[in-house]
Amino acid sequence: MSLKIVVLAKQVPDTRNVGKDAMNADGTINRAALPAIFNPEDLNALEQALRLKDTHPGSTVTILTMGPGRAAEIIREGLYRGADNGYLLTDRAFAGADTLATSYALATAIRKIGEYDIIIGGRQAIDGDTAQVGPQVAEKLGLPQVTYVEEIQQVADGRIRVKRHIDGGVETVEAPLPIVLTVNGSAAPCRPRNAKLVMKYKRALGGQEKAALEKDGVALAYADLYEKRPYLNLVEWSVADVNGDTKQCGLSGSPTKVKKIENIVFQAKESKTITGSDADVENLIVELLANHTIG
Amino acid sequence: MNNVFVYCEMEGKHVADVSLELLTKGRKLADELGCQLEAICAGSDLADVEKQVLPYGVDRVHVFDAPGLFPYTSLPHTSILVNLFKEEKPQICLMGATVIGRDLGPRVSSALTSGLTADCTQLEIGNHEDKKNGITYENLLYQIRPAFGGNIVATIVNPEHRPQMATVREGVMKKEIVNENYQGEVIRHDVAKYVPETDYVVKVIDRHVEKAKHNLKGAPIVIAGGYGMGSKEGFDMLYELAKELHAEVGASRAAVDAGFCEHDRQIGQTGVTVHPKLYIACGISGQIQHIAGMQDAGIIISVNSDPNAPINAIADYVINGTVEEVIPKMIKYYKKNSK
Repeated sequence: MSLKIVVLAKQVPDTRNVGKDAMNADGTINRAALPAIFNPEDLNALEQALRLKDTHPGSTVTILTMGPGRAAEIIREGLYRGADNGYLLTDRAFAGADTLATSYALATAIRKIGEYDIIIGGRQAIDGDTAQVGPQVAEKLGLPQVTYVEEIQQVADGRIRVKRHIDGGVETVEAPLPIVLTVNGSAAPCRPRNAKLVMKYKRALGGQEKAALEKDGVALAYADLYEKRPYLNLVEWSVADVNGDTKQCGLSGSPTKVKKIENIVFQAKESKTITGSDADVENLIVELLANHTIG
Repeated sequence: MNNVFVYCEMEGKHVADVSLELLTKGRKLADELGCQLEAICAGSDLADVEKQVLPYGVDRVHVFDAPGLFPYTSLPHTSILVNLFKEEKPQICLMGATVIGRDLGPRVSSALTSGLTADCTQLEIGNHEDKKNGITYENLLYQIRPAFGGNIVATIVNPEHRPQMATVREGVMKKEIVNENYQGEVIRHDVAKYVPETDYVVKVIDRHVEKAKHNLKGAPIVIAGGYGMGSKEGFDMLYELAKELHAEVGASRAAVDAGFCEHDRQIGQTGVTVHPKLYIACGISGQIQHIAGMQDAGIIISVNSDPNAPINAIADYVINGTVEEVIPKMIKYYKKNSK
């Protein structure tokens, strides 16, 4: 059977490579120093989708992402690896969304896409680590879900069998399609970009990216290409395009509010430095015993 | 009505430790709010399950006992919580930040359009002033968690939506029995009233659970070795010290990659996060990814021959010496001075 697969992917700041310049002098985060990347576990999800496409001829892989105009990069990265098309949900009304408002927006976009057998995303994004959006989308669409997926083993006769992680072990489950899956980072890594596809899609741009180039007074190179090759025009959807209710989007659709943010600055505590001499080590052990740190 | 609820995770007939820890926290929150603590146990063959939870100060236990409820699958457990919460209108719902809790929590919050905060490290009660709309909310749940790869700590509140939901990892809260004979009401629900037959669509066809080899996550004392331990044999010294101190042994990624220690003992952003009261870092330089997994430790001791190791900056005690020299002395003087 051919499958319609939607991959949920997010552009995230690379929080794993927090260097010395990641913090401003005032203790706030210097976002410019953190490169925007394809959320790692979403790449694992993309690989599972592409494998299904390889083994089920006629299947399509659609990338769905939400973010500012520059997040069209995520769609391009997907196309470079073998995805067929993509949609960028982008609207000021989506800004400030918590996981619930994000899942509302994604669910409305998936309904707009209309046909789907498998909706698959990473287990969690590295900027929030919440693992909430996948299950929340599943609930909004009334679909079953399997989270922490390690491998899709088989899809046949409208059913799917997957191996997943559970606490302290593994589980194999079977479920009917359509379904929402979230993929663990330990699953197979994503294939690299395909050189031919990079050539094909490297000029693919979203509307806001084109507008940004024009604003800077840069003439769009090969402007006529965008008429001749419609696939180079990456599709952007606003709240209205997906028939969304702005009250349920972005900040206004978010039940959770951030009350306070504290930056963690690694400051030297008042530390005691001792030597490895017998007397020093014994004194420390006695001190720890006296204050019941060790029993 | 408007009580504090804890979803108790079941492994077979046993309530998971993380749930007992949350009952302990839930009891404290309920006392502060002047309300009751209620527990939900859903699984199969749950006769007498209340005996496991009541001692933690639970006022009401909701038992859902049916063959299809274990092993856990998302939909039936979601229906139980969603339908029960529509009747009971809890103000707070806590669950473990486990595979199950992180699968179930978001679905329930999505169905009830309530807010959920994942992986909280602290829960407190406090007021919240919405300056823009001039409203003060009293007695909200402060959900405190690290975010942005551990670079910030955020306090999250849900002013308008109920229940206020939070997940917490195992080992973060302490479990404490209130009273072995604590009296609470036990309600055995008719599962079919809460769960439609169509919810049982996901079938678990195979399941392997191994009992955890260690309890690194929940250990009050952790002794971690780094690349500076030099070898697998070097780690034997740490196990010896750990045996004396009733501690668990962990490792930095460098030590795991070098084959000195098993992967499941790796501490850090890509491994286990630990919150011990005492953390002894031996031959660990202290990459930020490692620090992210242990920075909440109460007291940090760094044993390192390099006085400029980054970990020394967050250590309470720095022992300037080689691990080969210092650790045997720690064992020796512990034996001598304890008891």
